[in-house]
Amino acid sequence: MSLAELSTLPLGTTASILGITTETVLEQRLQALGFRVGKQIAVIRKAWLGGPLHVRIGTTEVIMRRCDARSIQVQPDLIGV
Amino acid sequence: MTNSVSCNKCNPDGSPLLDVVSTAGLKQIAVLGMPNTGKSTFFNRFTGANASIGNWPGITVDLLVAKIKLGQQETQVVDLPGIYDLRGFSEDEEVVRRFLESNPVHLVIIILNATQLDRQISLALQVKHLNLPALLLLNMADEAPKFGVKIEPEQISRHLGMPVLSMSAKYGQGYAQARNLIALELSRQSEPILAGKIDKNVVSEAEFAAEMGALLQDGFLVSDAFKNTLTTKLDRVLLHPVFGLPIFFGLMYLMFQTVYTVGKPLQDWLNLLVEWFKTTAIEPLLSFLPKFPHDLLIDGVYGGMATVAAFLPVIWIFFICMAIVEDSGYLSRSAYLMDAFMERLGLDGRSFVMSLMGFGCNVPAIMGLRVMRSPALRLLSMLVIPFSLCSARLNVFIFMTTALFSASVAPLVLFSLYLFSFAAAILTAFIFKGKYPNQEPLILELPPYRFPTIKQMLLRAWGETRHFLRFAWKFIIFGVVAIWLCNNFPTNVEPASAGTISGTIGQALQPILGPIGINPKLSVALIFGFIAKEIVLGGLAVIYATKQDAGLAGAIAREIDWVQAYSFMLFTLLYVPCLSTVAVIKAESKSMKFALLGVFWSLALAWVASFVFYQGARALGF
Repeated sequence: MSLAELSTLPLGTTASILGITTETVLEQRLQALGFRVGKQIAVIRKAWLGGPLHVRIGTTEVIMRRCDARSIQVQPDLIGV
Repeated sequence: MTNSVSCNKCNPDGSPLLDVVSTAGLKQIAVLGMPNTGKSTFFNRFTGANASIGNWPGITVDLLVAKIKLGQQETQVVDLPGIYDLRGFSEDEEVVRRFLESNPVHLVIIILNATQLDRQISLALQVKHLNLPALLLLNMADEAPKFGVKIEPEQISRHLGMPVLSMSAKYGQGYAQARNLIALELSRQSEPILAGKIDKNVVSEAEFAAEMGALLQDGFLVSDAFKNTLTTKLDRVLLHPVFGLPIFFGLMYLMFQTVYTVGKPLQDWLNLLVEWFKTTAIEPLLSFLPKFPHDLLIDGVYGGMATVAAFLPVIWIFFICMAIVEDSGYLSRSAYLMDAFMERLGLDGRSFVMSLMGFGCNVPAIMGLRVMRSPALRLLSMLVIPFSLCSARLNVFIFMTTALFSASVAPLVLFSLYLFSFAAAILTAFIFKGKYPNQEPLILELPPYRFPTIKQMLLRAWGETRHFLRFAWKFIIFGVVAIWLCNNFPTNVEPASAGTISGTIGQALQPILGPIGINPKLSVALIFGFIAKEIVLGGLAVIYATKQDAGLAGAIAREIDWVQAYSFMLFTLLYVPCLSTVAVIKAESKSMKFALLGVFWSLALAWVASFVFYQGARALGF
């Protein structure tokens, strides 16, 4: 699979972060939460009705709105976890 | 050689004991850390929870500060706000930066969560690059093994060039060693150090990432155990797409019930105590005074104090519950559950929790908004919460519905008021969401489930109660006295009758309140209600000059019909919640203008709603 946005990643799959394109404020916040290029990220659950995503990055679990997840580009892993 | 150059102000190794003796004056420690690392828990343990609020050069917000003795050394410890990034743009991050740039310190204590060191270590690395004297405490070390995390403090220390120690601030393991280490490091530092301009001290992103990678490689080992912990199992149930929300509402209902069923008796008991003290001590003591100053002091000033006191039990219990909801990690989960709906209103899931709590009492609910970081989000929530039908309003409505409606209709009337309460909140959010755009994206950490210790709950409850007392008592007593004067001046007529200031205002307001079916007598009751909605009933009793509830119900039922009564209830539901809520909005928003906006908006909404209802009902022939 090729380049995708985190918001489109299917449930239960993992991916590697390729890049974060957003304003500096949000980028720093994401970095502080562990979102860095090359890190592996897993989508644990998605809330219904367009609600937030629940993801795991390193040992940290984070919820984020789908619109915010759109700014994170990922390379989906071939083997799911 | 290099040692003494890079560590410019340190004393050479050798005689730390002597230094302690020779160092006169106060030493400064700043406690720095990320959110959710137990920093406050550490601060409370370290300072014995004797902190007060202090002002600092260069920054405008209040910080917690405590003076303690470390060995022989008098030390001042400052609790800096929890931040993610020294270069960040949030208000808190700006505060920390300004503090370190304008206040020299002898030691920075960095608190990080041991389990999440893989990302949190960045903060310690940033401090390293500032060349400030620092030490790192890896907190919540008790959790690390459960998540399959193994840490090598010596390796991390080697990379950072500062002492590193694992501990648990909550349960105390490693705490004694940490305290000794702090005292030792402090004794070595005779001169305070000021951070340079912080932005310039930071190395390039690539360099930083490489440094971080090398450190983690040596000092941080993680297995797959963290993917299947008690937390992940609990989340499978509590965040379930179908069961998650019912469980959430169930838990909220339980909390609401707890605050109400435990708080109410305590409140009644406190009222009895206040009343008892009035009749046995205050009244005999002031009996020499003429009637007017006597009543002013007792009904005005002492009555105001009683109003303040009535809130204390509710606030106390509310924050015991909040400590559990927040420290357990459930608050962020509730944001996940409710966010899809709240996002459309410009709010987030946490605002919803607080609005629900507002149905008990608006005051602690508004204070609880402090868990949110975005000021705009807080302000929007502050406009919404006062429409939650609190227990004080419920008392008025139960009384009026039973007085004016049949037993079969009364519960429906009450239910319709709850619907109006929700509708007003949603409408308010919808109208003001453009004015208070919530810039902060919702990106929240989901910490593992934890249970707070009793000490943590009590500390939190006590701290919030003290906070309420500090700002509210003057404002509320002043308000109660002012309204008492309006109801009792001039002194030659019946209290609250047409001849008094209140009566005059009631008459003067007729052009406005007449069209919504509120007569001058009811208008005066609304003025009473501005203090607290409980007083509306007492106000009506004074106005209709009957003491017993039964007599009052009859008197009101004779004078007004159900359309007027419903219009009055609608107005009571929506207009200015109460003086204490206004006081708390002013304190939390730090803006009188904003508090007045809230007052004005609720009055306008109340009037429009009552007008539409009253004129509509009359036009339909009721």
